[in-house]
Amino acid sequence: MAQVLERPVESKTPAAPTPAERTARRKALLRWIAVHSLGIAAALFFTLPFVFVFLTSLMSDSQALSRDLIPHTWEWSNYRKVFDTPGFLTWWKNTLIYAGLGTVLVVVSSVPVAYALAKFRFRGRNLTLMLVISMMMLPPQVVVIPMYLFWAKQLDLSGTLWPMIIPLAFGDAFSIFLLRQFLMTIPNEYVDAAKVDGCGDLRTLLKIILPMAKPGIAAIALFQFFNAWNDYFGPQIYASENPGAWTLSYGLESFKGAHHTDWNLTMAATVLVLAPVILVFFFAQKAFVEGVTLTGVKG
Amino acid sequence: MATTHTLRAKHRRSRLRTLAFLSPWLIGFTVFFAYPMISTVYFSFMHYDGFKPPTWVGTKNWKYVFESYPFFWPALRNTLWLVVIMVTLRVLFGLGIGMLITKIKTGTGVFRTLFYLPYLAPPVAATMAFTFLLNPGTGPVNSILEKAGIPAPGWFNDPSWSKPALTLMFLWGVGDLMVIFMAALLDVPKDQYEAAELDGASAWQRFRFVTLPNISPIIMFAVVTGVIAAMQCYTQPLVAGKVASGVIQGAGTMFQPGYPEHSTLTLPQLVYNLGFQRFDYGSACVVALVLFALSMAFTALLMRRRGGLIQAGD
Repeated sequence: MAQVLERPVESKTPAAPTPAERTARRKALLRWIAVHSLGIAAALFFTLPFVFVFLTSLMSDSQALSRDLIPHTWEWSNYRKVFDTPGFLTWWKNTLIYAGLGTVLVVVSSVPVAYALAKFRFRGRNLTLMLVISMMMLPPQVVVIPMYLFWAKQLDLSGTLWPMIIPLAFGDAFSIFLLRQFLMTIPNEYVDAAKVDGCGDLRTLLKIILPMAKPGIAAIALFQFFNAWNDYFGPQIYASENPGAWTLSYGLESFKGAHHTDWNLTMAATVLVLAPVILVFFFAQKAFVEGVTLTGVKG
Repeated sequence: MATTHTLRAKHRRSRLRTLAFLSPWLIGFTVFFAYPMISTVYFSFMHYDGFKPPTWVGTKNWKYVFESYPFFWPALRNTLWLVVIMVTLRVLFGLGIGMLITKIKTGTGVFRTLFYLPYLAPPVAATMAFTFLLNPGTGPVNSILEKAGIPAPGWFNDPSWSKPALTLMFLWGVGDLMVIFMAALLDVPKDQYEAAELDGASAWQRFRFVTLPNISPIIMFAVVTGVIAAMQCYTQPLVAGKVASGVIQGAGTMFQPGYPEHSTLTLPQLVYNLGFQRFDYGSACVVALVLFALSMAFTALLMRRRGGLIQAGD
């Protein structure tokens, strides 16, 4: 070892840099420093809210009302108190039912529609696609009055999760569009080859396309799961009268009401709504980013 | 003869299979859009409180919304404010962050993740967090501002600061724009930059004459989708208003929307206010139709046949 180190170094170092090279190198270094300082400043802007929320969630009741930024004592029991709040566990259960069942239904119903829009040639295809995109852009408030009257007065289902879940069994415009964009990137040759081999449409979809479309399906499943997780308007319209049917996003806001000035408990509850989203993101980063780019401009 | 026969059968089969594959959405479109849309138009000419059968009142609801309902014009103004100011800032900021991330050479993955994460925060959680962070009395942001000797604004409790506070929150969630701008910036052909450099173009000129023309479709896309999102802005202003005003949620609470002083009122909130708080379903449908007209106008911009941003394509 020592011998290796002592071996005379061959003078491989290039000739001393010219002044021009030196200024260029200094410029590059300065630019590196400037870019990364800006990056750190931006990183602080994006992360400090999370940090402050988390720190407050660990403060004592009295300290949460003060202007302190860092807790004196770390009250991990705040999280216990949140779970002990009546209803909180029910909201979790409801959210998981809404998000879980809804995701399965959306995937099953949107895949064939997206497949037809991406790979079949038929009259009215462009019109159908444009209608799908229009639906994607439509505020839910536009049709909420008749929809509410339909679910509540005609089917007597208000105060349950069903008015939010059942429509998801009929395809979702955003998922159809995103998946269609993904399926467009799969060459038609695969479909043609399957047909030559005597595969029917359904078999082609199930055996050939689905295995290749896994990343696209993962993206729509994730987006749908988080749509349900984040939904506030649906539960407000259909479930507000029955706290037993509230979801986390809707219940979270009432938490501030029930715990009037307890910012520490409110922030602990906020962390509990945020955390699963962030956790899932770390396991499925690629699907997320792919989803965002696919809804971009590539036609 | 026989061949045309089989051809026709084949055509019919192919039409049937298309219908079969599209059927979930076709049924959904009819039941959850076409039928309620027609009902919305119908109810907009009816007086209906949900109990007594609807009665025809002609254009009374329309007159009421446009002439005497005190919240319509403030809500439209707020919506336009968000559409113009918030969307502009969000696109500029998103582009800036997107450019920054393409320049960062060390720890790119970490920076990108940190910039992206806020986009995922559920709207209610983000709003709860920001009403706390920007709380004029005990919030960390004002604590820091005051320590630095900067006069601290009232944020969600001050009508002239509530919309900037909302905007700040939306700027925080700019991660989706960062991703699409990053993808677009990395797609700009390198040789165009090299050619510009050879011609002695300055950094600004390279941005102006190479970068901008190449990413302009994405900027347009970000603007139009941003406008549509701003028009639909519902949960965040509503929750911010409720939490900042200290209203307690529960059966029977009547929340005066748009706290403080209608400054966070948006059009979608009016549908809720008129329909589900005042039980005036007819007038709520009028606002719903205004919202529909606006969102379809912007969607049409997004899908123009030539030079449209989302192409049906083949």
